[in-house]
Amino acid sequence: MDASSGLAPHPHVEHDPHHHEGGHDHHELPFWRKYIISTDHKVIGIQYGITGLIFLFFGFSLMMLMRWQLAYPGQALPVIGNALGHLFGPDSMPDGKMTPEFYNSLGAMHGTIMIFLGIVPIAFAAFGNFVVPLQIGAPDMTFPKINMASYQAFFFGGCVMLVSFFVPGGAAKGGWTSYTPLAVIADKGPAYDPVFNGQTLWLIGFILLITSSLLGAINFIATIIQLRAKGMTWMRLPFFVWAQFVTAFLLLLAFPPLESAVVMQLMDRVAGTSFFMPSGLVINGVPLHISGGGSPLLWQHLFWFLGHPEVYVLILPGMGIVAEIIANNTRKPLWGYKSLVFAALVLGFLSFIVWAHHMWLTGMGSTVSAFFQTTTMIISIPSVIILSAFFISLWGGSIRFNVPMLFATAFLPMFGIGGLTGIPLAFNSADLYLHDTYYVIAHFHYIVAPGTIFAVFAGIYFWFPKATGRRMNEFWGKVHFWPSLICMNIIFLPMFLQGMLGMHRRWYDGGQGWTFANEKVWGLSGFEWNTPISIAAWVMGLAQIPFIINFFWSMKHGKKVNDNPWEATTLEWTAPSPPPHGNFEVAPVAYRGPYEYSLPGRETDFTMQNEPMRESDRKAYEAAAAVH
Amino acid sequence: MSSLALINELIGLPPNASEHGYQIDHIIEFCHWFMGALFLGWSVFFIYVLLRFRKGKHPVADHEGVKSGISTHLEFAVVLIEAVLLVGFAIPLWAKRVNQFPETKDAILVHAVGQQFNWNFHLPGPDGQFGRREIALVSNSNPLGLDPNDPAGKDDIVVLGELHVPVGRPVIIELSSKDVIHNFALPHMRMAQDAIPGQIIPMWFKPIKTGNYEVVCGQLCGLGHYGMKGMLVVDNPEEYQAWLKERVELSGAQSAPAPTDRPPGEPPVGPTPGTIPPPGAPKTENPTAQPQDKPAAPPASPSPSA
Repeated sequence: MDASSGLAPHPHVEHDPHHHEGGHDHHELPFWRKYIISTDHKVIGIQYGITGLIFLFFGFSLMMLMRWQLAYPGQALPVIGNALGHLFGPDSMPDGKMTPEFYNSLGAMHGTIMIFLGIVPIAFAAFGNFVVPLQIGAPDMTFPKINMASYQAFFFGGCVMLVSFFVPGGAAKGGWTSYTPLAVIADKGPAYDPVFNGQTLWLIGFILLITSSLLGAINFIATIIQLRAKGMTWMRLPFFVWAQFVTAFLLLLAFPPLESAVVMQLMDRVAGTSFFMPSGLVINGVPLHISGGGSPLLWQHLFWFLGHPEVYVLILPGMGIVAEIIANNTRKPLWGYKSLVFAALVLGFLSFIVWAHHMWLTGMGSTVSAFFQTTTMIISIPSVIILSAFFISLWGGSIRFNVPMLFATAFLPMFGIGGLTGIPLAFNSADLYLHDTYYVIAHFHYIVAPGTIFAVFAGIYFWFPKATGRRMNEFWGKVHFWPSLICMNIIFLPMFLQGMLGMHRRWYDGGQGWTFANEKVWGLSGFEWNTPISIAAWVMGLAQIPFIINFFWSMKHGKKVNDNPWEATTLEWTAPSPPPHGNFEVAPVAYRGPYEYSLPGRETDFTMQNEPMRESDRKAYEAAAAVH
Repeated sequence: MSSLALINELIGLPPNASEHGYQIDHIIEFCHWFMGALFLGWSVFFIYVLLRFRKGKHPVADHEGVKSGISTHLEFAVVLIEAVLLVGFAIPLWAKRVNQFPETKDAILVHAVGQQFNWNFHLPGPDGQFGRREIALVSNSNPLGLDPNDPAGKDDIVVLGELHVPVGRPVIIELSSKDVIHNFALPHMRMAQDAIPGQIIPMWFKPIKTGNYEVVCGQLCGLGHYGMKGMLVVDNPEEYQAWLKERVELSGAQSAPAPTDRPPGEPPVGPTPGTIPPPGAPKTENPTAQPQDKPAAPPASPSPSA
């Protein structure tokens, strides 16, 4: 149903997808120009999205392999074990049994791929590219060619990471944090190529990925500042746009220090420098001949100076997506829009001054640790404000539980668990016990896995009709949702127990060889808990099949819908589905805030941003202002 | 203390074995009560709202929504509780860990040096003096590079993997590493500290229960990381003395390398200038001396494996 007021742009009755106002290329573009090296923000967004989803599933598959080793250490992986051993080379899974080297590679690459090749490309780049210009009423991004370069740098960075699995010795094994000296001395020696080895390729790939994010971040900031439609004031921006705006600043300011640090570590590996290598190392009984004098802690500082803002890069876009979907499906304005915006800004700022809480056990003095504990506590305040605003937004709504809303609803308690369990970890004294245990794993996975990834799924189901003109199947969406939700919790809840028992992460044997990991808690020993967790992980892998089929099948065969199937209010729903190159046939004008649902005096329960004010609206707004 | 450890016990925290550990347990316990209360409150509200305001039950949404300011009060309450936890517990506790080291004369002093994938423990022996260590002297028979010509090192004890300490006396462990970053984690002592090459970082705790406690490496250190297990044996004083005596007897024969191990023509190297001992650290020798150009390959010892 199209919006029915004066300025609603052109019902899309006989819409020609290649006719548009922008008018720089009237001829039909060849396939490779249109879909492979396109400069159109929507195509780039979809490229990012599909590539990111593939990497997300690949990164998850690595974990499904690790879960076999954790539950059944030293046993041969049935059915596919031998084939994988041949695929990844003799050092990976001889006779289907995983080696510790391969386990460490899988761990390092799981983290790297999920964060830098999965979530950031999907939550930030894909949704940001596709949705932000549409929501602010822009014809495209400010720098379309830089946008294209950003995707290409990402794509090649991803390829380098993938290739690193197949070089002699396999992919990087120094953890996703690549701490020196381990990361500098690993993958070196006669068995390794000086450049084509896992650890060096990781650094090269990472440089490309950082470059990609920086190009994207510049573009987002310029676009949001410059290309907002007439009337689209800052306080009329959808919260999703605000979230992407803050995210872009985080990437722009936090990644350059890491990019230089990555180049320095690369030099340490290939050019014999010692930026992060101290003097006096003895490796395997042999003194290491390097110039020395570098600092492993310097690397940690530079890494976490990105690493912590990165956490908010992962979660803010997710919060933005959830905000849109909650407003749409409660059919009422988002509660506390202004406090949400300010909370996001404060969150962004504070995320730059909490990084050392990842380094509590590096020998920190009392003053520095008091500072970082205090900032870490303070940063919980904007997070609580955002989560509370979402909860309160539900009150008084008329809640529709379609698939996007199911995922968005599940996001709230899942993110809540992740956030709350950050409280003990914020105190460095508690980390004397909890540091590097499964408690930490469970904590941050609750934020990114059933948190951000659920937000991503919500966003995919929600904006799919805009991208394709068709809806994904609701039934199969629910078949995707419920098992995913249940499995997520069977995977991560027991990890809190394992962590409290003292089980540490990155244990190749799953804790089998440790006495305290064999203590019982809730009927199973810490080690035995690995089995239900692993089974849930594999079931969750299966639960993604309905999504994958639904996604591709619905592109061609999904139910056709109109331009605004969710009866939403923001500007992207005024554009045709799919929007043509240039997006809008008439430049949209914004007359009101983003979430005018159930406005009294209106005949529909959604009033789009581009609908001009009526007298009845003014009265409704005045009445509302009087109440508050 | 059981009322103060309800959740901790329920979710599997192993019994504490150090003097300060109960404070750590309290912080974890308080946090869980706080988290539990917030989670319960949010959950009740959440479930109620999802049922009460579902479309079937509440077909027309309210444009205004919640008008009360109760959420602001709740947020203030959260801030207040966090502030109390922070200022009242966490900050003083940490200050005590890093600023108030026990007197060295009362404490057991140990140097622990991490390597892939084991812990070397260096004890001063009967004279109470640590012998000088030097990277260039490291060999298979002399894993810490003890200087055989330093009289203070003659009676030193070097043990691999297993450390004994007496119950009821503070233990100060100075941590360093020969190769990569390790973490000396003692879950039962509620204590952990990174061992970072190029640095000496002290940690301390006071064991209050005898027993065998596993030492975990809490920082990824390579392919053998998962099996990098040390053992801390907390003995009663008599057992400890017996162990010490046994080690001293053994060390005369094994640990201290013969003087001929020193490469010919190498003068003893003094402490490297410019290294600052960390705050609270008792005076030590410097294990991070510059490596020599010539690898230490004394003729008597087997050549290091490549």
